[in-house]
Amino acid sequence: MRKRRTSLLALPFTIYALIFIAAPLLLIVVYSFCVSPQNGVTLTLEHYKKFFDFSNPVYLQVLWRSIYIAVISTAICLLLGYPMAYILSKLRPGLRQVLSVLFVLPMWMNFLLRTYSWMSLLEKTGLINSFLEAINLPAFNIMYTQWAIVLGNVYNFLPFMILPIYNVLIKIDQSVIEAAQDLGADSMKVFGRVILPLSLGGVASGISMTFMPAVTTFVISKLLGGGQNALIGDLIEKQFKTTGNWGFGSAMSVIIMVLILLAMNFTSSYEKDREEGGQLL
Amino acid sequence: MEKELIRLDNIVMHFGGTEVLNCLNLHIRDREFLTMLGPSGCGKTTTLRIIGGFVTPSSGRVLFDGVDITELPPHKREVNTVFQKYALFTHLDVFENIAFGLRLRKVGDADCKRRVGEMLELVNLRGYDNRTVSSLSGGEQQRVAIARALVLHPKVLLLDEPLGALDLKLRKEMQLELKKIQQHLGITFVYVTHDQEEALTMSDTIVVMNRGEIQQIGSPTDIYNEPKNAFVADFIGESNIIDARMEKDYVVRFAGSRFECLDAGFTENEDIDVVVRPEDVDILSPGAGQLEGIVESSIFKGVHYEMIIRTRDFSFLVQSTDNQEIGREVSLLITPDAIHCMKKSPRPHGKEGGEEDA
Repeated sequence: MRKRRTSLLALPFTIYALIFIAAPLLLIVVYSFCVSPQNGVTLTLEHYKKFFDFSNPVYLQVLWRSIYIAVISTAICLLLGYPMAYILSKLRPGLRQVLSVLFVLPMWMNFLLRTYSWMSLLEKTGLINSFLEAINLPAFNIMYTQWAIVLGNVYNFLPFMILPIYNVLIKIDQSVIEAAQDLGADSMKVFGRVILPLSLGGVASGISMTFMPAVTTFVISKLLGGGQNALIGDLIEKQFKTTGNWGFGSAMSVIIMVLILLAMNFTSSYEKDREEGGQLL
Repeated sequence: MEKELIRLDNIVMHFGGTEVLNCLNLHIRDREFLTMLGPSGCGKTTTLRIIGGFVTPSSGRVLFDGVDITELPPHKREVNTVFQKYALFTHLDVFENIAFGLRLRKVGDADCKRRVGEMLELVNLRGYDNRTVSSLSGGEQQRVAIARALVLHPKVLLLDEPLGALDLKLRKEMQLELKKIQQHLGITFVYVTHDQEEALTMSDTIVVMNRGEIQQIGSPTDIYNEPKNAFVADFIGESNIIDARMEKDYVVRFAGSRFECLDAGFTENEDIDVVVRPEDVDILSPGAGQLEGIVESSIFKGVHYEMIIRTRDFSFLVQSTDNQEIGREVSLLITPDAIHCMKKSPRPHGKEGGEEDA
C-alpha cells in the first residue's frame, strides 16, 4: 500500500523525466543512426564513419583539441583550487562563510556576460593591454588562441573544483590530524599521508565537475578562441544551427556522451571508495 | 616507588577569557596508572592535551624526564594518545592504521609486520589485518586505536575517555583489559574519565579535579575512604554529607546528636563537613542506636536495598542487605570509624559528568 503511494508521488517527476530527459536522449541516439532524420528513418552508420575517418581526421583533431584543452583547464583548476579550498577550510568559521560566498558570487552573473567581459579585458586594445602599454611593457596577446579558451574555462569552472574539495576538507576531523601528529607526522606528512588521501573523493568530483563542462563548451571557445580554435561543442552546434546535418550532430553528441560517461565511471568509482573519507567513525 | 616521569609545573590555561586550568601542579610517576577524574569542564582533557602537546599552556612548564617539553610539538614527544572518538584513518586498513607510526619512522617491512602482529595479538584482533576500519564495531575500533598508539612503545600512553562510547558490558571488559595491558607492558597510563567507577577500578592514583583545580590526589581507597572535601566525597560514590561542628578533638556534633570520631586537629567548635558512606550506617531496632528515624523510601538495587531514613535534622541515605518497611521506626548507629570529618569547602554542582569536556 505504502509503497504504491510513494511511487504515485514520484509520478510527476517520472513523467517529466520521460518527456524531457529520456525521450530527447533517445531521439539523439536514433538521429545519429539516420541518414537525414528530417525526411524519415533510414538507418546508416555514415555519421560515425565520417567522424572516425582516419584518412581525413578533421573531426578527430577537433575532439583531440577539446580533450587537450579540457585536461589542461582541469589541471590548472586543480592546482589553483586545491590550495584555495585548503586555505578556506583552515579559516575561522565566520570568515570562511564570507569567503565561500565570495567564491560563488561571480556565478550569480550570467555566464555569457562573464565571458564577454573577458573579451574586453583581453582584446588588443583591452584593459590589460592598455595597462601594460602605459607602463611600457610588451602587449599580452592571447585573445583567439587556445590559451584564451583555457583561461575562460578556468575562470568559469574554478568554483566547481573548489567547492567539492572544500566540502571534504572541512569534514576531516581535527582529532584525525592530531592522531597523525601524535604518531610522529610533521605538518608535511600530516598533509601527504592523511589530509590528501582523505580528500581524494572531493578531488574526483571536482575533476568531473570541471572536465565535463570544459570538454563540451562552445560559448567560451567561440568568444575567446575565435574561428580557428573550434571545439567539439562548436562543431555540434554548427551541425544543428548552420549545416542542418542533425544526424552528424547527434552522432558527435553521442560520442561525447560516451566519453563523459567513461570519465564519470572512472571518477565515481573513486568517490565511492572515499565516500566516508574524513568523517568520524 | 618509581621515579617521577612527568611534572606539570604551575600550569595556567586560558581559552579566550575563561580560565580552564588554575595553577596546576602534578607529577606522574613511571609505570603508574594515573586517572584524572572530574565533571565535564573541570580541565582534565585540557591537562591531557597539554601533556600530548596539542595545546600550549598560557603559562607554566611541562617536564618529561627532567627535560622541559612545554614548546615541543606533538610529533616529537615520547607519548602517544588514544583519542576519545578513536580518530582512526579511514583511508587505511587495520594493518596500515597500526603501522602508521612505524612507517613514519621508516621501520622495515619485516619489522613492521612483526610489531603490528604483536599489537594485534595484544588487543585480541589477530587476523584483522586487512579489514577496513569502517567494517569494525566500536569496541574493535577502540582496540585498533590502542594498538596504533602502543606500537611505538611510548613511555606514556594518554587516554582521553576511551571507553565513553562503548556499552556498559564492553566497557567493563575493556577496563580490565586496559589494566592488564598496562601491567603487561609496564608503562605509564594517563587516563581521563568522568566515570568514578572506572577510575576506582583501574587506577593506581586518582587525581580528582573540579573547575580547573586539583581537589585531591591519592589511591582509590584513599579517595574513597578519606575524601579531602565535600566535592570529592560527593563525586566518588554515594555519600551523606552533613553540616557538622567539631566540638573538640574526637567529638563531633551533627544531625542533632554528638558522635565520637577518629579525627582531630580542627579548632574547637569549627564548622566542618562530615561524610558518612551509606553502607557504613547500621540500622537497629528503635532505641538501640544513636539517632531515631523513620524509613521514608526503599529501593531494591540488586545486592542491597537503598533506603532514605529521615531523622529529626537530616535524611540519611542508607544501604543494607536487609529491607525495612516504609514507615517503620528505626534507630541508626554510626560508629566512629564510619565518620569522616573534612574542612568546609564549596559543594559541587552535580556529580554527573557530561559527554564532552573542555
